[in-house]
Amino acid sequence: MNHRHTLSVLVENKPGVLTRIAGMFARRGYNIHSLAVGPTEDERVSRLTLVVGTEAVQLEQIIKQLNKLVHVLKIVELEENAAIEREMQLVKVNADPAIRSQIIEIAEVFRAKIVDVDHDSITIEVAGNPSKLEAIVELLQPYGIRELVRSGTIALARGTRSISDGSKLRMRQVS
Amino acid sequence: MEITGAQAVMKSLEMLDVDTVFGYPGGAILPAYDPMIEAGFEHVLVRHEQGAIHMAEGYAHATNRVGVCIVTSGPAATNLVTGLTDAMMDSVPVLAITGQVASTAIGSDAFQEADVTGITMPIPKHNELVTSAERIPEAIKEAFHVARSGRPGPVLVDIPKDILSAPFEWHWDDRVDLPGYKPTVRGHGKMVREALDLIASAERPVIYAGGGLVRARAAVELERFASLLGLPVVTTLMARGVLPDTHELFVGMPGMHGHYAGVRALQESDLLITLGARFDDRVTGKLAAFAPEAKIIHVDVDPAEIGKNREVDIPIVGDVKVVLEQLLTVLEDKQRKGQFEELVPDATAWRAHLGALKSQHPLRVDQPEQGVLKPQSAIRAVYDVWGDEAVYVAGVGQHQMWAAQHIPYTRAGQWINSGGLGTMGFAVPAAIGAKAGVGRDVPVVAIDGDGCFQMTFQEIAAAVQHDIPVVFVVINNGYLGMVRQWQSLFYEDRLSQVALPQDLPDLLKLADAYGIPGFRIDRIEDLYTTLEKAHAITDQPVLVECRVHPDEMVFPMVPSGASNEELIESAEEWYARVAEQQA
Ligand SMILES: Cc1ncc(C[n+]2csc(CCOP(=O)(O)OP(=O)(O)O)c2C)c(N)n1
Ligand SMILES: [Mg+2]
Repeated sequence: MNHRHTLSVLVENKPGVLTRIAGMFARRGYNIHSLAVGPTEDERVSRLTLVVGTEAVQLEQIIKQLNKLVHVLKIVELEENAAIEREMQLVKVNADPAIRSQIIEIAEVFRAKIVDVDHDSITIEVAGNPSKLEAIVELLQPYGIRELVRSGTIALARGTRSISDGSKLRMRQVS
Repeated sequence: MEITGAQAVMKSLEMLDVDTVFGYPGGAILPAYDPMIEAGFEHVLVRHEQGAIHMAEGYAHATNRVGVCIVTSGPAATNLVTGLTDAMMDSVPVLAITGQVASTAIGSDAFQEADVTGITMPIPKHNELVTSAERIPEAIKEAFHVARSGRPGPVLVDIPKDILSAPFEWHWDDRVDLPGYKPTVRGHGKMVREALDLIASAERPVIYAGGGLVRARAAVELERFASLLGLPVVTTLMARGVLPDTHELFVGMPGMHGHYAGVRALQESDLLITLGARFDDRVTGKLAAFAPEAKIIHVDVDPAEIGKNREVDIPIVGDVKVVLEQLLTVLEDKQRKGQFEELVPDATAWRAHLGALKSQHPLRVDQPEQGVLKPQSAIRAVYDVWGDEAVYVAGVGQHQMWAAQHIPYTRAGQWINSGGLGTMGFAVPAAIGAKAGVGRDVPVVAIDGDGCFQMTFQEIAAAVQHDIPVVFVVINNGYLGMVRQWQSLFYEDRLSQVALPQDLPDLLKLADAYGIPGFRIDRIEDLYTTLEKAHAITDQPVLVECRVHPDEMVFPMVPSGASNEELIESAEEWYARVAEQQA
C-alpha cells in the first residue's frame, strides 16, 4: 500500500546536492510528491523536506540510498501526527467589485491574507497543512481561479528535540 | 611553499603512496602532465581512455589498492563512463581525475567542454568539480578515502584548467572531514550472537560468499569460520577463490552458469549465511523462487544491500572481515567455556548430500573428435600450464563463464572479471593494470573472447611500450558466442549478427604488428606444447590464439528469467523441455 511519508533531510550545503538527490530518485524510479529546500540555523547545512508516496519496504530503500550520498548528513522520517507540516499557496481568483467581499470572507475563515487586489482579481496567500490548502481552493473554484502556485511541504517534529541534535560536523581520521 | 594546482595533484598522489597512474593527456589536463615528468610514480600511456580506467580497475582488483587514472576533458572524460559504471557495479576502488575547461569558460560550450560531474552524477560513488586550487589536496584525499573505505567504488574529481595552473600555499592534513560519510565497520553485537544461534539450529546451512569478501580480503577469516562450524560454501562469480575450490567445504559457484551443486545448495538450503553478496539476479534467477525455504543472515558493509532484493532475518551491517572476526571471537570464547558444541549445526547429512551432488554432476566436457579443440579444454590447459600462481582476467561471454567454471581458484584476487556490468573489452586493459600492480613475479593471463578482444586490443601497445608482460589468450570461436548461445536456445537458432570471421583480423599478424610473439593453436594435439612455448616467455607480452570449435555452449544454465529450479545441463535437455511445452 502506498502511503505518504515525509522525510526531513539535512545535507551539506554543496553545489549540486539537490541534483544528486533528485537524480537518485529518478534513477531508481522513486516518486517525489513534493520537495522543499532551504537554509537552516547552520549556514553549512541545508534542509530538505521530501514527501514521497511509497510502501514501507521501498521507503527503507529510499532512506538507505539517500544515506549513501556523501553530502547527506541525516534523515528523519516525520510521523504525521508528531510533526507540523506546512505549505504555502498563492491563489489569484476572479473578483469583480460585486463579489469581492465574499472572497475576503472566505479568506478570513482560513486566516489567509489578501496580498494583492486589482480591478477584477484578488490574490490570496494561505499557509497551512495540505488539506487546508485544498479546502480553500475548493471554495474559491466557483469564482474562477486564474492562477495558483503552491510550495513544497516543510515540516518540523513537535516537541523540544531537534533534528540536528547529535549531528555535529566532525573531523575524522583517514583509515 | 607555493605550488600550482597541477603540482598539488602530483604531490597529493605521492602522499597517498600511488605508484602507477594510467592516463592520456590533452588540452585541459596539460598543466598536470608537466609536473608529472618529475612525479614519483609511473604513468602508463594508454591508447584509449576506456583502457585507462579498466587498467585502474585491474590494478585495484589485483592489489586491493586504489587504481588511479587521469585524462583530459570532454571526449576523454566521457570515455571513462563505462569504466566508472563497471567499477561501481563491482565495488572497485578507483580514482578518476579529469581535466575540465577553465572555470571561467564552464557553461559556455567551450572547446572540449562536457558536464562531466553532471554526466557521471548517477554513476560513481561520488564526484566533485573542484573550484579552487586550495581544495585540490582535500578533494583528492577525500576521493581516495571514499573510494577505498566502506563499500569501495569509483570517485571522480574534475579539475578546471585554470585551477590546475593557479598557485597556492601547499598544505596537507591526514584527516578527512566528511561528516556525511561514516561507513559502519563493526557489526551489531546482538545480531552477531543471534546469527550464531540461528546457524546452530540450521539443518542445511550454506555460506553464500560474495565479492565483498574479496574486497575485504577476508579469505582467512572465512576459512576459519566455515571450518569451525562445518559450513558448506558457494563462491559467486565475484568471489571465486576466496575459499579455495580445493577446500573440502567448497561446493561450487552458484548462478546462471554456476556449478550444479552450487545452484542446488542455495535452492535447498534452510539458512543462507550471506557474506558480502547482493542477491544479484544472475545468482537468484527468478527471485520469487530463489532458495524458498531459506532463512537469511546478511552481512554487508552497504546497508542498502540488506533487504533490497530479499527479505532478511538477521541483518548485520559491517565490514565482513570485522564481522567474521567478531563471530570468531564469540566462537573461541565458547570453545574456552566448553560450550562450543552447542553452536555447531548438525549438517553431516547435508554436507554428504552436497558432496554427492558435486560428484554426480561434474562439469561436462564431451570428448572431442580427433583434432577438434574445445574452448573448455583450451581454458583448462591454460590453467594447467600457468597454474595456481597466476592471476586470470576474463572478458565477457562464454569464455568468461568457462574460465569461472573450469579453473580451480585458490585465492582472493586471483580471478578478475567484469561481473555486474558485463563489460566486453575489459580483459585486455584490466590484465595490463593487474600486471602493473602485481609486478614481475606473478604471471597475469587474460582469457578473452574474439569479440571482446577486438574492443580494446589497442592497449597491447601500452603493454609493449611500458614493458608490462601480460599473456593474452584469445578463445577464438568466430562468434559472439554468448549471444549466439541465446539465439540458438531462445530464438530457434535464428542467428542474427553474431558471426565474426575467425581470421579477421589475423591475430598472428596482429601480434607481429605489435612486435610480440604470437601463437595459434587449432588442434588439441598441439595444445600443451604450444602453451608451454608461450609460458616460457616472461619478459614481454605474448598473444595466444586458440581457434576453438564454434558450437560449444555454456552449461549448466538457468535460462534467463527462469527459476533456479529449471537449471539445465545440456542443450538437449532444453530442447526436450521446449518440445514438451509445445506438445
Ligand atoms: C560492451 C558490450 N556490448 C555488448 C555486450 C553483449 N554481449 C555479451 S557477451 C557477448 C559476446 C562476446 O563475444 P566474445 O568476446 O567472442 O566471447 P564468447 O562469448 O564468444 O566467448 C556480447 C555481444 C556486452 N556484454 N558488452
Ligand atoms: Mg567469441
